[in-house]
Amino acid sequence: MFQETIAPVGKRTMILNMGPQHPSTHGVLHLILELDGETILKATADIGFLHTGIEKTCEAKTYHQAITLTERIDYLCPLTNNLCYVLAVEKLLGLEPPSRAQWMRVMLNELTRIGSHLVWLGTHANDIGATTVLLYCFREREEILNLFEAVSGQRMMTSYFRVGGLALEPPAGFLKRVEKVMATFPDHIDEYEELLTRNRIWMARTKSVGILTKEDALDFAVSGPTARASGIDWDLRRDNPYSSYDKFSFRVPLRAEGDIYARYIVRMEEMRESLKIVRQALEGMPEGPIQVNAPAVVLPQGDNRKTEMEALIQQFKIVIDGFCVPPGEVYQAVESPRGEMGYYIVSDGTAHPYRVKVRSPSFANLQALPRLAEGRLLSDLVACIGSIDIVLGEIDR
Amino acid sequence: MYEAFFFLFALAAVGFAVNLVLQNHPIHSALSLIGVMASLASLYLMLGAEFIAAVQVIVYAGAIMVLFVFVIMLLNAGEEERTNFSRLAGTLGVPLILVLLASIASIVYRIAPSDEMVRFGDFHGRTADIGRMLFRTYLLPFEIVSILILVALVGAVVLARKES
Amino acid sequence: MTTTVLLFTLLKVIVIVFVVLTAVAYAVWFERKVVARLQSRWGPTRVGPHGLLQPLADAIKLLTKEDITPANVFRLVYFLAPALSVITALLAFAAIPFGPVTLVGGVDLFQIANLDIGVLYILSISSMGVYGIALAGWSSNSKYALLGGLRSSAQMISYALAAGLSLVGVLLLSGSLNLRDIVNAQAGATWGFIPHWNIFPQLLGFFCFLTAAIAQTNRLPFDLPEAESELVAGYHTEYSSMKFAMFFMAEYANMLTVSCMVTLLFLGGWHGPVFGPALLQTMLPLLWFSLKVLALLFLYIWIRGTLPRFRYDQLMAFGWKFLFPLALVNVLLTSLIVAYRAD
Repeated sequence: MFQETIAPVGKRTMILNMGPQHPSTHGVLHLILELDGETILKATADIGFLHTGIEKTCEAKTYHQAITLTERIDYLCPLTNNLCYVLAVEKLLGLEPPSRAQWMRVMLNELTRIGSHLVWLGTHANDIGATTVLLYCFREREEILNLFEAVSGQRMMTSYFRVGGLALEPPAGFLKRVEKVMATFPDHIDEYEELLTRNRIWMARTKSVGILTKEDALDFAVSGPTARASGIDWDLRRDNPYSSYDKFSFRVPLRAEGDIYARYIVRMEEMRESLKIVRQALEGMPEGPIQVNAPAVVLPQGDNRKTEMEALIQQFKIVIDGFCVPPGEVYQAVESPRGEMGYYIVSDGTAHPYRVKVRSPSFANLQALPRLAEGRLLSDLVACIGSIDIVLGEIDR
Repeated sequence: MYEAFFFLFALAAVGFAVNLVLQNHPIHSALSLIGVMASLASLYLMLGAEFIAAVQVIVYAGAIMVLFVFVIMLLNAGEEERTNFSRLAGTLGVPLILVLLASIASIVYRIAPSDEMVRFGDFHGRTADIGRMLFRTYLLPFEIVSILILVALVGAVVLARKES
Repeated sequence: MTTTVLLFTLLKVIVIVFVVLTAVAYAVWFERKVVARLQSRWGPTRVGPHGLLQPLADAIKLLTKEDITPANVFRLVYFLAPALSVITALLAFAAIPFGPVTLVGGVDLFQIANLDIGVLYILSISSMGVYGIALAGWSSNSKYALLGGLRSSAQMISYALAAGLSLVGVLLLSGSLNLRDIVNAQAGATWGFIPHWNIFPQLLGFFCFLTAAIAQTNRLPFDLPEAESELVAGYHTEYSSMKFAMFFMAEYANMLTVSCMVTLLFLGGWHGPVFGPALLQTMLPLLWFSLKVLALLFLYIWIRGTLPRFRYDQLMAFGWKFLFPLALVNVLLTSLIVAYRAD
């Protein structure tokens, strides 16, 4: 795919291979740009540099083991991937986790969304030259990662959601801790907005730049904040609720302009809405078990394994053989920070998935990039890449 | 010491000028031209014409030559090629230039007082002097030249504009 | 010119070059520290107390790194470019007076050459600085570098004009191109506490010059030639080791030059309260001068820590359609006032 460095014969244009090693292609995206001066005539995305084969690898793992793989697909929102996969498997099994588990899932999922949006904001602002925002965002993301560490023992690859519920009982005082961290967040978001939202240079760089019309957004199957900034009022949390999202009240931010600034505003508001959801979850967190009562699927908890023979056998069976899932196929979609993330799982009745296919939002959103950037300047392309918030791990899988 | 510096910069100016003509690659020629400008500026400075020296550097070396280099970079101009015509121009041109230089030299020799050299400060090139001359003695010619340049600028913009 | 004067001058040149280079190294340290604090980090802390030896460590690192010359570069120009950058950046200091005339053995301690056209000299030298960047970009035979070089040439030409024009007001007020005369014209104070600095009558000129100067030195929000997120590293993408460091030094030396220029032209140079014994009286002006330069450096860094980057066409439009007319208006207003006063 790499093209010759000299211009095509008879054309006064230049081919620039931007990436895969480039500071602002957010990983290993390779863009083949045809430039006239600094104006982009044609942009072609060349993907696949971060191909991990996770979908295929899942087939060799048990349903239980595959959880650890899913969160490595989109490494900025590991818990969202966990959730989507776990929900799909639960659908196949016909399990409904207890409401406490569901509420915890919602809360942690929204924390993940805030964390992911913080990374997006930081890198996006850094691409446009506002370096300080990057450091501020990562400072706050650290707080969220600390919460994940407290609840699961891991900062990023938590594997905290399990088929049938959660992996562990959250530590004592965890909700208090979340509440304490979340109390500081409105101020933090105000701080970012102070630096950017009304900043003349920021507005000049983002307003009316990289416009994606509603029609184009539909044609490219764009989803998530990118679509909502183009006036598509579609949020799976509200329109196709899962994991008790219907019990929460929140607003879905919507803009009609479809430019970079609109996408920025939508995500900023989404962070505030996520905070609201977290607060609701903290207030109304139900009591009860964190796992569904299904000994064949769920690992035994606590000290049972050390005292009860049955529990030990169950543990051994699930870890070594895995649990069998009734044959069938299922598609489960959740609203990831980047858009509609879907897991399509085919089961042949064994303990290993027959096929796992991920519908990744970034993959679809990236298709819109040439439409955003063509005819504009190189600097705008960098802003556009940041604004659609792609994660290469999820595109290449 | 004064003579030493004079010959240094004079030789540099001539050397760069010759190099400018001889080089095949346009960027080398452009760099040589910058060298010529800088050497000339130094010579002006030695005569005490500080203002002219500074303007020489700012306008010629700093602005015009940057544009030259800019254009060379943009168009990625290649090496110059020798054609029959350029050889002809060379064979005819060199003797003609020698004749021209000889006649200029003889005229200068006849006019210039032969027994003294121009010394530092002889030349009235102070900033204030130049300002007074331009805005008092030669005000009308100065304004006419300004308007002429303005007309040329407008013309250039009109010619360069694309019909849309 | 006697031999002692010649020797003293030579010594002075060496000392000033040494001081400037040290100042450049510590300007980098200062920037890293200040930006770090702005971004709630610590900055360099490991090498020496407060990371004070970091510049030394950086110098050793850069000097001992492998010096890579990519294939197919335009060798002569490629090697010439970093040298040109540093030379032009350092040459500017020849005309900058750091303090009042202090003669020792017939030699002025705080200035290398007292030029009648000091302002023009510095402008002309800094206008030559663009060659280093443009030629580096072109000779590297890399597209990122080429785009960086092209951006910088266009940017520097545009903003050099606005910078030059915005100084005309100051020159009109002080009636001289000599930096010392300009500073001396700013001595004293109104009512004993408002200093006669040019910044007060020339606020517009100050703003124009500072903005244009930030653009000319390729700093945020005008750092397009080396915009990391777009052009990798811009014109010095293909440079490594000491050749890279030379561009780096040139950039910071230019920042220092600009800060010195602003101090001299707008902030009253070395003027400030002078008191105490004779030795202190000689040193205090130097201190005031350094403090003003330091404050301007801080402003530079503060801006960098706060603002995003312009886009290329916005930058050009800002320069030509806003800054340039503003500087012209300033010239017009100032000349009207000067003419009115003269009558």
